[in-house]
Amino acid sequence: MVRTPAPLRWLLRVVTIGYLFMLIAWPVSLVVRTTFEGGLANLQTALSDPEVVHALQMTGIVAGVAVVANLLFGVGISLLLVRYEFPGKRVLSTLIDVPLSVSPVVVGLALLLVYNSRDGWLGRPLDAAGLQVIFATPGMVMATVFVALPLVIREVVPVLEEVGDEQEQAARSLGANGVQTFWRVTLPSIKWAVVYGVVLSLARSLGEFGAVKIVSGNVVEKTQTTTLVVEQTYQNFEQGTAYAAAFLLAFASVLCIVIVSILRPKDPA
Amino acid sequence: MSTVVTRVPGRVARRRRSPRTGALGVTSGLGLGVAMLWFSLLVLIPLTAVVATTVGGGWDSFVAALTNEQTAAAVRLTVEQSLLVTAVNVVMGTAIAWVLVRDRFWGRAALDVVIDIPFALPTIVAGLVLLALYGPGSPLGVDVANTGSAVFLALAFVTLPFVVRTVQPVLEELEHDAEEAAASLGATGLTTFRRIILPSLAPAIAAGAALSFARGISEYGSLVLLSGNLPLKTEVASVRVLTYVENGDPAAAAAVATIMLAVAVTVIVLLDVLQRRVARRG
Repeated sequence: MVRTPAPLRWLLRVVTIGYLFMLIAWPVSLVVRTTFEGGLANLQTALSDPEVVHALQMTGIVAGVAVVANLLFGVGISLLLVRYEFPGKRVLSTLIDVPLSVSPVVVGLALLLVYNSRDGWLGRPLDAAGLQVIFATPGMVMATVFVALPLVIREVVPVLEEVGDEQEQAARSLGANGVQTFWRVTLPSIKWAVVYGVVLSLARSLGEFGAVKIVSGNVVEKTQTTTLVVEQTYQNFEQGTAYAAAFLLAFASVLCIVIVSILRPKDPA
Repeated sequence: MSTVVTRVPGRVARRRRSPRTGALGVTSGLGLGVAMLWFSLLVLIPLTAVVATTVGGGWDSFVAALTNEQTAAAVRLTVEQSLLVTAVNVVMGTAIAWVLVRDRFWGRAALDVVIDIPFALPTIVAGLVLLALYGPGSPLGVDVANTGSAVFLALAFVTLPFVVRTVQPVLEELEHDAEEAAASLGATGLTTFRRIILPSLAPAIAAGAALSFARGISEYGSLVLLSGNLPLKTEVASVRVLTYVENGDPAAAAAVATIMLAVAVTVIVLLDVLQRRVARRG
């Protein structure tokens, strides 16, 4: 390998570390410090506020359901994309990535247009059947599922391609049925990819803001999630509560990412 | 989420295609049906509704929505700042990836974790984090809150990992033979970088830049607290969409959203093409 000359090496080091420190490390550490400025007082105030507690529960429910939905859909569609041939496969695999780059606000608007109970294509019949989607939990779950949709698939598809299907063929030729093959052969080989996908989806789901803001209507103690509480309390000058709620969210999300980075190098696949 | 982007497009070349792909049976056919139904209800129909609402409003109201002074200013600001941030990311992202792969020093592993923070942090928290250092009460005495620089700062924060995480794996797997050959033939470090290394990195840099531009265009959460959403000054496209929604004007909201959607889809298709080209070459 060609060595970078020493002065250039030091310049690059200083510039990149400086940039990352000023843009990320310092601001993040400031928020942590502000949160714990008066000891645990901020966290205690936040956790004794019924609005915050309700929002934390809401975030837990919405993120939990969204992750399970994305787990089932993600593993299923990955198997279909890798192991089967069908018309439109290439288009589908491209379309699946679209939620990654669509603005959360556009996601919210899109769901609002179709599922609102006043004039939505699907919202009106659903409302007549007694199911309210927009300004209620189902809509918030859908928005969260939408934004985190490709994460499991992007983890699982490459691993499925890498392991090939020899073992599955062998299992089948020895008389295993489809369900047995999946549980005994396929799933163990993609186990870690599924775990990464789930953890990443969880981090993304906990932090969703824009899409949920539109479809939830942001009703205090009803459809308000933690990210919405952070915005509201900050704008109401309740800085302590805002920082504490933000810290809880950030802690959970960063924990997810740290878990992934610890698990990853041990993965042989 | 490092893993979200690392796969475009560097690692593709190594991938082994699975030897056989079967035709659909009864169970898998049914599975595909259910998956497609879910995907349509969740993604395809709603996104179609955005475009349909725009088309239904007619060409005149589409133009009217986009030429509205406030909307036009918001779109211009969004595109300008996204381009600027993407340019910064191309340079800084490549430099950071270079340092992470080619340099060895104490604390390098910590840098690797720091780069994932913008992906992990909820966007609203990202805004709050930046306000702590660059808002009112900044320990540096720098207050960019409610200015155009706030938009740049927020976008720089949330898009930082894209170029780093697309370039890094490619740089790691780059063979050193060509570099050594160039050096032994008397090429200077700069020439080697420009003629040998940069061309191999170019697809990855392009992919990272495209992702970072798309993210810049679509960003909302990190700007809410930081930029103040001042009309004609710091308001971005996504905020305009939200304002139209709140004012009960879905047709205008859909008009702006359609433009944003077009950018998003273009970027995804571009990445797909890049990925396939790299895979073919490898």
